[in-house]
Amino acid sequence: MLLIKCPYCEEERPELEFRNAGEAHLVRSPAISEQSDEDFAAFLYFRQNPKGLQFERWRHIHGCGRFFNAVRDSVSDKFLTVYKAGEPRPDVETLLNPETVSDAEPAKKRAPRAKKGEL
Amino acid sequence: MRKYSVFALAREALRAHKGWEQQWTSPEPKSEYDVIIVGAGGHGLATAYYLAKEHGITNVAVLEKGWLGGGNTGRNTTIIRSNYLYDESAGIYEHAVKLWEGLSQDLNYNVMYSARGVMMLAHNIHDVQVFKRHIHANRLNGIDNEWLTPEQVKEFCPPINLSADARYPIIGAALQRRGGTARHDAVAWGYARAAADRGVHIIQNCEVTGIRRAANGAVVGVDTNRGPINAKKVGVVAAGHTSVIMNMAGVRMPLESYPLQALVSEPVKPLIPCVIMSNTVHAYISQSDKGEMVIGAGTDQYTSYSQTGGLHIINHTLDAICEMFPVLTRLKMLRSWGGIVDVTPDRSPILAKTPVPGLYVNCGWGTGGFKATPGSGNVFAHTIARDEPHRINAPFTLERFTTGRLIDEAAAAAVAH
Repeated sequence: MLLIKCPYCEEERPELEFRNAGEAHLVRSPAISEQSDEDFAAFLYFRQNPKGLQFERWRHIHGCGRFFNAVRDSVSDKFLTVYKAGEPRPDVETLLNPETVSDAEPAKKRAPRAKKGEL
Repeated sequence: MRKYSVFALAREALRAHKGWEQQWTSPEPKSEYDVIIVGAGGHGLATAYYLAKEHGITNVAVLEKGWLGGGNTGRNTTIIRSNYLYDESAGIYEHAVKLWEGLSQDLNYNVMYSARGVMMLAHNIHDVQVFKRHIHANRLNGIDNEWLTPEQVKEFCPPINLSADARYPIIGAALQRRGGTARHDAVAWGYARAAADRGVHIIQNCEVTGIRRAANGAVVGVDTNRGPINAKKVGVVAAGHTSVIMNMAGVRMPLESYPLQALVSEPVKPLIPCVIMSNTVHAYISQSDKGEMVIGAGTDQYTSYSQTGGLHIINHTLDAICEMFPVLTRLKMLRSWGGIVDVTPDRSPILAKTPVPGLYVNCGWGTGGFKATPGSGNVFAHTIARDEPHRINAPFTLERFTTGRLIDEAAAAAVAH
Protein backbone atom coordinates (compact mmCIF):
# COMPACT_ATOMS: atom_id res chain seq x y z
CA MET A 1 0.00 0.00 0.00
CA LEU A 2 1.25 3.44 -0.88
CA LEU A 3 1.82 6.15 1.69
CA ILE A 4 0.63 9.39 0.18
CA LYS A 5 1.12 12.95 1.34
CA CYS A 6 -1.88 15.19 0.88
CA PRO A 7 -0.64 18.72 0.11
CA TYR A 8 -3.74 20.20 1.74
CA CYS A 9 -3.73 18.15 4.96
CA GLU A 10 0.09 18.26 4.89
CA GLU A 11 0.54 14.76 6.23
CA GLU A 12 1.20 11.26 4.93
CA ARG A 13 -1.82 8.98 5.01
CA PRO A 14 -2.40 5.41 3.78
CA GLU A 15 -3.52 4.85 0.21
CA LEU A 16 -6.95 3.64 1.38
CA GLU A 17 -7.90 7.26 2.08
CA PHE A 18 -7.23 8.23 -1.52
CA ARG A 19 -8.71 7.63 -4.93
CA ASN A 20 -6.46 7.73 -7.97
CA ALA A 21 -7.91 9.94 -10.69
CA GLY A 22 -5.65 9.20 -13.66
CA GLU A 23 -3.30 11.32 -15.70
CA ALA A 24 -2.87 14.91 -14.52
CA HIS A 25 -2.95 18.15 -16.50
CA LEU A 26 -5.56 17.02 -18.99
CA VAL A 27 -7.57 20.12 -19.72
CA ARG A 28 -11.12 19.92 -21.02
CA SER A 29 -11.66 22.18 -23.98
CA PRO A 30 -13.89 25.19 -23.20
CA ALA A 31 -15.61 24.69 -26.58
CA ILE A 32 -16.14 20.96 -26.83
CA SER A 33 -18.68 21.18 -29.63
CA GLU A 34 -16.06 22.81 -31.84
CA GLN A 35 -13.43 20.19 -31.09
CA SER A 36 -12.54 17.57 -33.68
CA ASP A 37 -13.25 13.91 -32.93
CA GLU A 38 -9.50 13.27 -32.82
CA ASP A 39 -8.86 15.99 -30.26
CA PHE A 40 -11.76 14.88 -28.12
CA ALA A 41 -10.60 11.25 -28.23
CA ALA A 42 -7.11 12.39 -27.25
CA PHE A 43 -8.55 14.20 -24.25
CA LEU A 44 -10.98 11.46 -23.26
CA TYR A 45 -9.13 8.21 -23.92
CA PHE A 46 -5.54 8.49 -25.15
CA ARG A 47 -2.93 8.48 -22.41
CA GLN A 48 0.84 8.79 -22.04
CA ASN A 49 1.02 5.78 -19.69
CA PRO A 50 4.77 6.32 -19.27
CA LYS A 51 7.25 3.88 -17.79
CA GLY A 52 9.10 6.21 -15.49
CA LEU A 53 8.02 9.52 -14.02
CA GLN A 54 4.40 10.38 -14.44
CA PHE A 55 2.09 13.20 -13.45
CA GLU A 56 -1.10 11.94 -11.91
CA ARG A 57 -4.18 13.15 -10.05
CA TRP A 58 -5.27 11.90 -6.67
CA ARG A 59 -8.27 12.74 -4.53
CA HIS A 60 -8.13 12.58 -0.74
CA ILE A 61 -11.62 11.16 -0.77
CA HIS A 62 -11.73 9.90 2.82
CA GLY A 63 -9.96 12.98 4.15
CA CYS A 64 -10.31 16.55 2.97
CA GLY A 65 -11.99 15.41 -0.25
CA ARG A 66 -9.82 17.57 -2.47
CA PHE A 67 -8.03 16.80 -5.71
CA PHE A 68 -4.29 17.26 -6.01
CA ASN A 69 -1.47 16.22 -8.32
CA ALA A 70 1.57 14.07 -7.79
CA VAL A 71 4.77 13.05 -9.56
CA ARG A 72 5.40 9.32 -9.15
CA ASP A 73 7.84 6.87 -10.68
CA SER A 74 5.70 4.15 -12.26
CA VAL A 75 8.51 1.60 -11.94
CA SER A 76 9.38 2.03 -8.24
CA ASP A 77 5.95 3.47 -7.29
CA LYS A 78 7.82 6.13 -5.27
CA PHE A 79 6.40 9.65 -5.08
CA LEU A 80 8.75 12.49 -5.93
CA THR A 81 6.41 15.23 -4.90
CA VAL A 82 2.78 16.25 -4.49
CA TYR A 83 1.32 19.65 -5.30
CA LYS A 84 -2.02 21.38 -5.12
CA ALA A 85 -4.49 21.42 -7.98
CA GLY A 86 -3.97 24.42 -10.23
CA GLU A 87 -0.29 24.70 -9.43
CA PRO A 88 2.08 24.42 -12.41
CA ARG A 89 3.73 21.15 -13.31
CA PRO A 90 7.00 20.93 -11.33
CA ASP A 91 10.25 20.68 -13.22
CA VAL A 92 11.29 17.03 -13.27
CA GLU A 93 14.99 17.69 -13.54
CA THR A 94 14.96 19.89 -10.46
CA LEU A 95 13.06 17.17 -8.60
CA LEU A 96 15.53 14.47 -9.54
CA ASN A 97 18.61 16.57 -8.82
CA PRO A 98 17.66 19.09 -6.15
CA GLU A 99 21.30 20.15 -5.61
CA THR A 100 22.91 20.03 -9.03
CA VAL A 101 20.26 21.28 -11.38
CA SER A 102 22.75 21.75 -14.19
CA ASP A 103 23.63 18.04 -14.17
CA ALA A 104 20.64 17.04 -16.27
CA GLU A 105 22.10 13.96 -17.97
CA PRO A 106 20.68 11.16 -15.76
CA ALA A 107 17.35 12.94 -15.40
CA LYS A 108 16.95 13.27 -19.13
CA LYS A 109 16.97 9.52 -19.52
CA ARG A 110 13.99 8.86 -17.32
CA ALA A 111 11.88 11.93 -17.91
CA PRO A 112 8.66 11.23 -19.83
CA ARG A 113 7.64 13.22 -22.85
CA ALA A 114 5.67 15.37 -20.54
CA LYS A 115 5.31 18.63 -22.42
CA LYS A 116 4.09 17.18 -25.69
CA GLY A 117 0.43 17.23 -26.52
CA GLU A 118 -0.54 19.34 -23.58
CA LEU A 119 -3.59 21.48 -24.09
CA MET B 1 10.58 -32.12 -34.47
CA ARG B 2 9.96 -35.53 -33.01
CA LYS B 3 6.27 -36.05 -32.26
CA TYR B 4 5.13 -36.57 -28.70
CA SER B 5 3.09 -39.74 -28.33
CA VAL B 6 2.60 -42.68 -26.05
CA PHE B 7 5.16 -44.56 -28.15
CA ALA B 8 7.70 -41.77 -27.74
CA LEU B 9 7.10 -41.91 -24.00
CA ALA B 10 7.61 -45.69 -23.95
CA ARG B 11 10.74 -45.42 -26.10
CA GLU B 12 12.26 -42.77 -23.84
CA ALA B 13 11.31 -44.70 -20.72
CA LEU B 14 13.38 -47.61 -22.02
CA ARG B 15 16.47 -45.47 -22.62
CA ALA B 16 16.42 -43.40 -19.44
CA HIS B 17 14.85 -40.33 -21.13
CA LYS B 18 18.09 -39.45 -22.89
CA GLY B 19 16.56 -38.90 -26.31
CA TRP B 20 14.23 -35.94 -25.69
CA GLU B 21 15.21 -33.10 -27.95
CA GLN B 22 15.08 -29.39 -27.13
CA GLN B 23 11.58 -28.05 -27.63
CA TRP B 24 12.78 -24.98 -29.48
CA THR B 25 16.15 -23.58 -30.48
CA SER B 26 17.66 -20.21 -29.59
CA PRO B 27 19.06 -18.92 -32.89
CA GLU B 28 21.07 -15.74 -33.33
CA PRO B 29 18.88 -13.05 -34.87
CA LYS B 30 19.19 -12.66 -38.64
CA SER B 31 19.51 -9.21 -40.17
CA GLU B 32 16.10 -9.40 -41.82
CA TYR B 33 12.75 -11.16 -41.40
CA ASP B 34 9.42 -10.90 -43.20
CA VAL B 35 7.60 -10.31 -39.91
CA ILE B 36 8.80 -9.40 -36.43
CA ILE B 37 6.57 -10.05 -33.44
CA VAL B 38 7.47 -8.02 -30.35
CA GLY B 39 6.74 -10.09 -27.26
CA ALA B 40 6.98 -13.87 -26.77
CA GLY B 41 3.97 -14.36 -24.56
CA GLY B 42 1.10 -16.65 -25.47
CA HIS B 43 -0.49 -14.16 -27.88
CA GLY B 44 2.78 -13.35 -29.65
CA LEU B 45 3.85 -16.97 -30.01
CA ALA B 46 0.37 -17.95 -31.19
CA THR B 47 0.53 -15.18 -33.79
CA ALA B 48 3.85 -16.52 -35.08
CA TYR B 49 2.52 -20.08 -35.12
CA TYR B 50 -0.58 -19.20 -37.16
CA LEU B 51 1.47 -16.99 -39.51
CA ALA B 52 3.55 -20.06 -40.30
CA LYS B 53 0.77 -22.62 -40.26
CA GLU B 54 -2.11 -20.83 -41.97
CA HIS B 55 -0.40 -18.17 -44.05
CA GLY B 56 2.87 -19.83 -45.01
CA ILE B 57 4.96 -16.99 -43.59
CA THR B 58 7.79 -18.76 -41.81
CA ASN B 59 10.51 -16.12 -41.98
CA VAL B 60 9.34 -14.72 -38.65
CA ALA B 61 11.14 -13.64 -35.49
CA VAL B 62 9.53 -13.35 -32.07
CA LEU B 63 11.57 -10.95 -29.94
CA GLU B 64 11.30 -11.17 -26.16
CA LYS B 65 13.06 -8.86 -23.75
CA GLY B 66 12.90 -11.37 -20.91
CA TRP B 67 12.18 -15.04 -21.11
CA LEU B 68 9.47 -16.81 -23.06
CA GLY B 69 6.09 -16.71 -21.34
CA GLY B 70 7.53 -14.80 -18.38
CA GLY B 71 5.04 -11.96 -18.46
CA ASN B 72 1.31 -12.19 -18.03
CA THR B 73 1.19 -15.59 -19.75
CA GLY B 74 2.90 -17.08 -16.71
CA ARG B 75 1.14 -14.85 -14.20
CA ASN B 76 -2.58 -15.26 -14.85
CA THR B 77 -5.17 -17.53 -13.26
CA THR B 78 -5.69 -19.54 -16.49
CA ILE B 79 -9.45 -19.14 -16.73
CA ILE B 80 -11.09 -19.82 -20.09
CA ARG B 81 -14.64 -18.78 -20.99
CA SER B 82 -16.51 -17.02 -23.77
CA ASN B 83 -19.72 -15.83 -22.08
CA TYR B 84 -19.29 -12.18 -23.03
CA LEU B 85 -22.29 -9.97 -23.65
CA TYR B 86 -21.67 -8.25 -26.96
CA ASP B 87 -21.63 -9.97 -30.35
CA GLU B 88 -18.13 -8.73 -31.18
CA SER B 89 -16.70 -10.12 -27.93
CA ALA B 90 -18.66 -13.34 -28.24
CA GLY B 91 -17.16 -13.74 -31.71
CA ILE B 92 -13.55 -13.49 -30.68
CA TYR B 93 -13.72 -15.30 -27.34
CA GLU B 94 -15.79 -18.13 -28.77
CA HIS B 95 -13.34 -18.42 -31.66
CA ALA B 96 -10.68 -18.92 -28.98
CA VAL B 97 -12.68 -21.53 -27.03
CA LYS B 98 -13.22 -23.53 -30.22
CA LEU B 99 -9.47 -23.48 -30.82
CA TRP B 100 -8.78 -24.41 -27.17
CA GLU B 101 -10.87 -27.54 -27.64
CA GLY B 102 -8.50 -28.95 -30.25
CA LEU B 103 -5.31 -27.17 -29.26
CA SER B 104 -3.41 -30.04 -27.63
CA GLN B 105 -3.85 -32.14 -30.77
CA ASP B 106 -3.07 -29.24 -33.09
CA LEU B 107 0.17 -28.39 -31.28
CA ASN B 108 1.04 -31.98 -30.34
CA TYR B 109 1.51 -30.57 -26.86
CA ASN B 110 -0.68 -31.17 -23.82
CA VAL B 111 -1.96 -27.73 -22.82
CA MET B 112 -4.21 -29.41 -20.24
CA TYR B 113 -7.38 -27.63 -21.36
CA SER B 114 -9.95 -28.73 -18.82
CA ALA B 115 -13.57 -27.83 -19.54
CA ARG B 116 -14.57 -28.05 -15.90
CA GLY B 117 -17.13 -25.27 -16.07
CA VAL B 118 -17.03 -21.61 -15.11
CA MET B 119 -19.70 -20.61 -12.61
CA MET B 120 -20.40 -16.92 -12.04
CA LEU B 121 -22.27 -16.30 -8.80
CA ALA B 122 -25.22 -13.98 -8.38
CA HIS B 123 -25.62 -12.35 -4.97
CA ASN B 124 -28.39 -9.83 -5.58
CA ILE B 125 -31.25 -9.07 -7.91
CA HIS B 126 -29.06 -6.94 -10.13
CA ASP B 127 -26.65 -9.85 -10.63
CA VAL B 128 -29.56 -12.15 -11.48
CA GLN B 129 -30.87 -9.77 -14.12
CA VAL B 130 -27.45 -9.13 -15.62
CA PHE B 131 -26.50 -12.81 -15.78
CA LYS B 132 -29.83 -13.84 -17.26
CA ARG B 133 -29.36 -11.18 -19.91
CA HIS B 134 -25.89 -12.59 -20.57
CA ILE B 135 -27.30 -16.11 -20.83
CA HIS B 136 -29.88 -15.06 -23.41
CA ALA B 137 -27.34 -13.03 -25.39
CA ASN B 138 -24.84 -15.91 -25.30
CA ARG B 139 -27.36 -18.49 -26.44
CA LEU B 140 -28.39 -16.27 -29.36
CA ASN B 141 -24.72 -16.32 -30.32
CA GLY B 142 -24.56 -20.10 -30.02
CA ILE B 143 -22.53 -20.01 -26.81
CA ASP B 144 -23.50 -22.33 -23.97
CA ASN B 145 -24.49 -20.61 -20.74
CA GLU B 146 -27.19 -21.68 -18.34
CA TRP B 147 -28.88 -20.51 -15.18
CA LEU B 148 -28.48 -22.50 -11.97
CA THR B 149 -30.65 -22.30 -8.86
CA PRO B 150 -28.85 -22.25 -5.49
CA GLU B 151 -29.50 -25.99 -5.10
CA GLN B 152 -27.93 -26.65 -8.48
CA VAL B 153 -24.99 -24.43 -7.51
CA LYS B 154 -24.42 -26.56 -4.42
CA GLU B 155 -24.69 -29.71 -6.45
CA PHE B 156 -22.17 -28.46 -8.99
CA CYS B 157 -19.75 -27.16 -6.37
CA PRO B 158 -20.35 -28.86 -3.00
CA PRO B 159 -17.92 -26.90 -0.77
CA ILE B 160 -19.65 -23.59 -1.43
CA ASN B 161 -21.36 -21.74 1.42
CA LEU B 162 -25.05 -21.30 0.63
CA SER B 163 -26.24 -20.14 4.04
CA ALA B 164 -28.76 -17.33 3.97
CA ASP B 165 -26.95 -15.40 6.69
CA ALA B 166 -23.84 -15.03 4.57
CA ARG B 167 -23.06 -11.38 4.07
CA TYR B 168 -23.64 -11.80 0.34
CA PRO B 169 -25.88 -14.87 0.01
CA ILE B 170 -25.74 -16.84 -3.23
CA ILE B 171 -29.06 -16.72 -5.03
CA GLY B 172 -28.10 -18.37 -8.28
CA ALA B 173 -25.35 -18.58 -10.86
CA ALA B 174 -24.60 -18.58 -14.56
CA LEU B 175 -22.67 -21.63 -15.70
CA GLN B 176 -20.68 -22.07 -18.87
CA ARG B 177 -19.82 -25.75 -18.95
CA ARG B 178 -17.29 -25.44 -21.79
CA GLY B 179 -15.37 -22.88 -19.77
CA GLY B 180 -12.50 -24.04 -17.61
CA THR B 181 -8.76 -23.78 -17.32
CA ALA B 182 -5.56 -24.69 -19.17
CA ARG B 183 -1.94 -24.89 -18.16
CA HIS B 184 -0.54 -21.44 -18.94
CA ASP B 185 3.13 -22.37 -19.29
CA ALA B 186 2.27 -25.28 -21.56
CA VAL B 187 0.41 -22.89 -23.85
CA ALA B 188 3.51 -20.73 -24.29
CA TRP B 189 5.80 -23.75 -24.62
CA GLY B 190 3.48 -25.59 -26.99
CA TYR B 191 3.14 -22.62 -29.33
CA ALA B 192 6.88 -21.95 -29.13
CA ARG B 193 7.73 -25.55 -30.03
CA ALA B 194 5.24 -25.75 -32.86
CA ALA B 195 6.24 -22.35 -34.25
CA ALA B 196 9.98 -23.09 -34.03
CA ASP B 197 9.34 -26.38 -35.80
CA ARG B 198 7.94 -24.41 -38.73
CA GLY B 199 10.99 -22.16 -38.89
CA VAL B 200 10.05 -19.28 -36.61
CA HIS B 201 12.99 -17.78 -34.69
CA ILE B 202 12.29 -17.23 -31.01
CA ILE B 203 14.86 -14.78 -29.68
CA GLN B 204 14.86 -14.27 -25.94
CA ASN B 205 16.72 -11.58 -23.99
CA CYS B 206 16.29 -9.30 -26.98
CA GLU B 207 14.70 -6.00 -26.02
CA VAL B 208 13.26 -3.72 -28.67
CA THR B 209 14.62 -0.22 -28.12
CA GLY B 210 13.28 1.52 -31.20
CA ILE B 211 11.08 1.16 -34.25
CA ARG B 212 12.77 2.15 -37.48
CA ARG B 213 10.77 3.85 -40.20
CA ALA B 214 11.39 4.90 -43.78
CA ALA B 215 11.00 8.45 -45.04
CA ASN B 216 7.40 7.72 -46.02
CA GLY B 217 6.65 6.64 -42.46
CA ALA B 218 6.43 2.91 -43.10
CA VAL B 219 8.09 0.45 -40.75
CA VAL B 220 11.43 -0.93 -41.92
CA GLY B 221 12.58 -2.70 -38.78
CA VAL B 222 13.41 -2.45 -35.12
CA ASP B 223 16.43 -1.57 -33.03
CA THR B 224 17.24 -4.03 -30.27
CA ASN B 225 19.89 -4.49 -27.63
CA ARG B 226 21.32 -7.11 -30.00
CA GLY B 227 21.48 -4.78 -32.98
CA PRO B 228 19.03 -3.63 -35.63
CA ILE B 229 16.75 -6.14 -37.36
CA ASN B 230 14.91 -5.34 -40.58
CA ALA B 231 11.29 -6.26 -41.29
CA LYS B 232 8.55 -4.64 -43.33
CA LYS B 233 5.91 -5.81 -40.87
CA VAL B 234 6.10 -5.52 -37.10
CA GLY B 235 3.39 -6.82 -34.78
CA VAL B 236 3.44 -5.44 -31.26
CA VAL B 237 2.08 -7.93 -28.71
CA ALA B 238 3.63 -6.45 -25.59
CA ALA B 239 0.72 -6.37 -23.10
CA GLY B 240 1.51 -3.90 -20.29
CA HIS B 241 4.43 -2.41 -22.21
CA THR B 242 2.45 -1.67 -25.38
CA SER B 243 2.36 2.08 -24.66
CA VAL B 244 6.14 2.10 -24.31
CA ILE B 245 6.75 0.26 -27.60
CA MET B 246 4.13 2.21 -29.56
CA ASN B 247 5.62 5.44 -28.26
CA MET B 248 8.80 4.48 -30.15
CA ALA B 249 6.76 4.83 -33.34
CA GLY B 250 5.08 7.99 -32.11
CA VAL B 251 1.67 6.38 -31.67
CA ARG B 252 -0.19 7.20 -28.49
CA MET B 253 -2.52 4.49 -27.21
CA PRO B 254 -5.80 4.50 -25.26
CA LEU B 255 -4.17 2.29 -22.64
CA GLU B 256 -3.30 2.41 -18.98
CA SER B 257 -1.08 -0.21 -17.36
CA TYR B 258 -2.12 -1.51 -13.95
CA PRO B 259 -0.69 -4.15 -11.63
CA LEU B 260 -2.96 -7.18 -11.31
CA GLN B 261 -2.23 -9.71 -8.60
CA ALA B 262 -2.87 -13.40 -8.15
CA LEU B 263 -1.93 -15.92 -5.50
CA VAL B 264 -1.90 -19.64 -4.81
CA SER B 265 -2.36 -21.65 -1.66
CA GLU B 266 -0.53 -24.68 -0.41
CA PRO B 267 -1.62 -27.77 -2.37
CA VAL B 268 -4.51 -29.80 -0.97
CA LYS B 269 -6.56 -32.74 -2.18
CA PRO B 270 -9.17 -32.14 -4.89
CA LEU B 271 -11.89 -29.96 -3.42
CA ILE B 272 -13.13 -27.34 -5.88
CA PRO B 273 -14.31 -29.00 -9.09
CA CYS B 274 -14.87 -25.92 -11.25
CA VAL B 275 -13.98 -22.26 -11.67
CA ILE B 276 -15.96 -19.96 -9.38
CA MET B 277 -16.21 -16.26 -10.08
CA SER B 278 -18.05 -13.56 -8.25
CA ASN B 279 -18.08 -10.03 -9.57
CA THR B 280 -20.01 -8.68 -6.61
CA VAL B 281 -17.70 -9.81 -3.82
CA HIS B 282 -14.82 -9.74 -6.29
CA ALA B 283 -13.14 -13.10 -6.10
CA TYR B 284 -12.32 -15.88 -8.43
CA ILE B 285 -10.89 -19.25 -7.62
CA SER B 286 -10.12 -22.61 -9.11
CA GLN B 287 -7.94 -25.53 -8.07
CA SER B 288 -4.92 -26.42 -10.14
CA ASP B 289 -4.04 -30.00 -10.98
CA LYS B 290 -1.23 -29.71 -8.45
CA GLY B 291 -3.89 -29.02 -5.79
CA GLU B 292 -3.18 -25.35 -5.21
CA MET B 293 -6.08 -22.96 -4.93
CA VAL B 294 -5.48 -20.39 -7.68
CA ILE B 295 -6.99 -17.09 -6.68
CA GLY B 296 -7.22 -13.91 -8.69
CA ALA B 297 -7.26 -10.54 -6.99
CA GLY B 298 -8.11 -7.14 -8.43
CA THR B 299 -6.01 -4.43 -9.99
CA ASP B 300 -4.49 -1.66 -7.97
CA GLN B 301 -6.10 1.72 -8.47
CA TYR B 302 -2.99 3.42 -9.85
CA THR B 303 -1.01 2.77 -13.04
CA SER B 304 2.34 1.10 -12.54
CA TYR B 305 4.97 -1.05 -14.23
CA SER B 306 6.23 -2.49 -10.94
CA GLN B 307 4.79 -6.05 -11.31
CA THR B 308 3.76 -5.86 -7.68
CA GLY B 309 0.67 -4.57 -5.93
CA GLY B 310 -0.73 -3.62 -2.54
CA LEU B 311 -1.34 -6.27 0.11
CA HIS B 312 -4.76 -4.83 0.92
CA ILE B 313 -5.95 -5.87 -2.57
CA ILE B 314 -5.10 -9.51 -1.84
CA ASN B 315 -6.62 -9.32 1.63
CA HIS B 316 -9.87 -8.03 0.21
CA THR B 317 -10.04 -10.96 -2.20
CA LEU B 318 -9.28 -13.49 0.52
CA ASP B 319 -12.05 -12.02 2.68
CA ALA B 320 -14.47 -12.83 -0.12
CA ILE B 321 -13.01 -16.31 -0.71
CA CYS B 322 -13.34 -17.20 2.99
CA GLU B 323 -16.93 -16.01 2.97
CA MET B 324 -17.76 -18.22 -0.01
CA PHE B 325 -15.72 -21.21 1.14
CA PRO B 326 -15.45 -21.26 4.96
CA VAL B 327 -13.61 -24.58 4.57
CA LEU B 328 -10.64 -22.66 3.15
CA THR B 329 -10.31 -20.30 6.11
CA ARG B 330 -7.21 -21.99 7.52
CA LEU B 331 -5.49 -22.64 4.22
CA LYS B 332 -2.05 -21.06 3.93
CA MET B 333 -1.17 -18.96 0.94
CA LEU B 334 2.15 -19.87 -0.63
CA ARG B 335 2.92 -17.25 -3.25
CA SER B 336 1.52 -14.04 -4.63
CA TRP B 337 2.72 -12.02 -7.60
CA GLY B 338 1.71 -9.25 -9.95
CA GLY B 339 1.58 -8.71 -13.68
CA ILE B 340 1.14 -5.49 -15.63
CA VAL B 341 -2.10 -5.44 -17.59
CA ASP B 342 -2.93 -2.97 -20.36
CA VAL B 343 -6.46 -1.73 -19.91
CA THR B 344 -8.55 0.05 -22.55
CA PRO B 345 -11.40 2.44 -21.73
CA ASP B 346 -14.03 -0.09 -22.87
CA ARG B 347 -12.18 -3.15 -21.51
CA SER B 348 -12.10 -4.72 -24.96
CA PRO B 349 -8.87 -5.46 -26.79
CA ILE B 350 -7.35 -3.72 -29.81
CA LEU B 351 -6.25 -6.05 -32.64
CA ALA B 352 -5.65 -3.83 -35.56
CA LYS B 353 -3.57 -1.96 -38.05
CA THR B 354 -2.17 1.34 -36.82
CA PRO B 355 -1.67 4.75 -38.45
CA VAL B 356 1.91 3.57 -39.22
CA PRO B 357 2.07 1.35 -42.34
CA GLY B 358 3.49 -2.06 -41.50
CA LEU B 359 2.90 -1.66 -37.77
CA TYR B 360 0.20 -3.81 -36.18
CA VAL B 361 -0.91 -3.95 -32.58
CA ASN B 362 -2.53 -6.62 -30.43
CA CYS B 363 -3.15 -5.23 -26.96
CA GLY B 364 -5.68 -4.06 -24.42
CA TRP B 365 -6.60 -7.51 -23.16
CA GLY B 366 -6.56 -5.99 -19.70
CA THR B 367 -7.28 -8.42 -16.91
CA GLY B 368 -8.51 -11.27 -19.10
CA GLY B 369 -6.30 -12.05 -22.07
CA PHE B 370 -5.24 -15.63 -21.37
CA LYS B 371 -8.56 -17.15 -22.42
CA ALA B 372 -8.27 -15.53 -25.83
CA THR B 373 -4.72 -16.64 -26.61
CA PRO B 374 -5.42 -19.01 -29.55
CA GLY B 375 -8.16 -16.87 -31.09
CA SER B 376 -6.17 -13.68 -30.69
CA GLY B 377 -3.07 -15.13 -32.33
CA ASN B 378 -5.15 -16.67 -35.08
CA VAL B 379 -6.91 -13.50 -36.22
CA PHE B 380 -3.89 -11.28 -35.59
CA ALA B 381 -1.80 -13.50 -37.88
CA HIS B 382 -4.50 -13.03 -40.51
CA THR B 383 -4.38 -9.25 -40.00
CA ILE B 384 -0.61 -9.15 -40.47
CA ALA B 385 -0.47 -11.60 -43.37
CA ARG B 386 -3.27 -10.02 -45.40
CA ASP B 387 -2.78 -6.45 -44.18
CA GLU B 388 -6.47 -6.38 -43.33
CA PRO B 389 -8.38 -7.61 -40.30
CA HIS B 390 -10.18 -10.92 -40.11
CA ARG B 391 -13.96 -10.65 -39.91
CA ILE B 392 -13.74 -11.53 -36.20
CA ASN B 393 -11.30 -8.80 -35.16
CA ALA B 394 -12.53 -6.14 -37.60
CA PRO B 395 -14.49 -4.31 -34.84
CA PHE B 396 -11.49 -4.21 -32.47
CA THR B 397 -9.88 -1.17 -34.05
CA LEU B 398 -7.87 1.66 -32.63
CA GLU B 399 -10.20 4.12 -34.36
CA ARG B 400 -13.21 3.07 -32.30
CA PHE B 401 -12.07 5.39 -29.53
CA THR B 402 -12.37 8.30 -31.94
CA THR B 403 -15.60 7.26 -33.67
CA GLY B 404 -17.23 6.23 -30.41
CA ARG B 405 -18.06 2.75 -31.66
CA LEU B 406 -16.92 1.10 -28.42
CA ILE B 407 -17.36 -2.54 -27.46
CA ASP B 408 -18.28 -1.71 -23.94
CA GLU B 409 -17.55 -4.82 -21.91
CA ALA B 410 -16.42 -2.47 -19.13
CA ALA B 411 -19.95 -2.28 -17.85
CA ALA B 412 -21.07 -5.66 -19.17
CA ALA B 413 -18.31 -7.83 -17.73
CA ALA B 414 -17.90 -5.85 -14.52
CA VAL B 415 -14.62 -6.45 -12.72
CA ALA B 416 -13.63 -10.06 -13.05
CA HIS B 417 -12.58 -11.12 -16.54
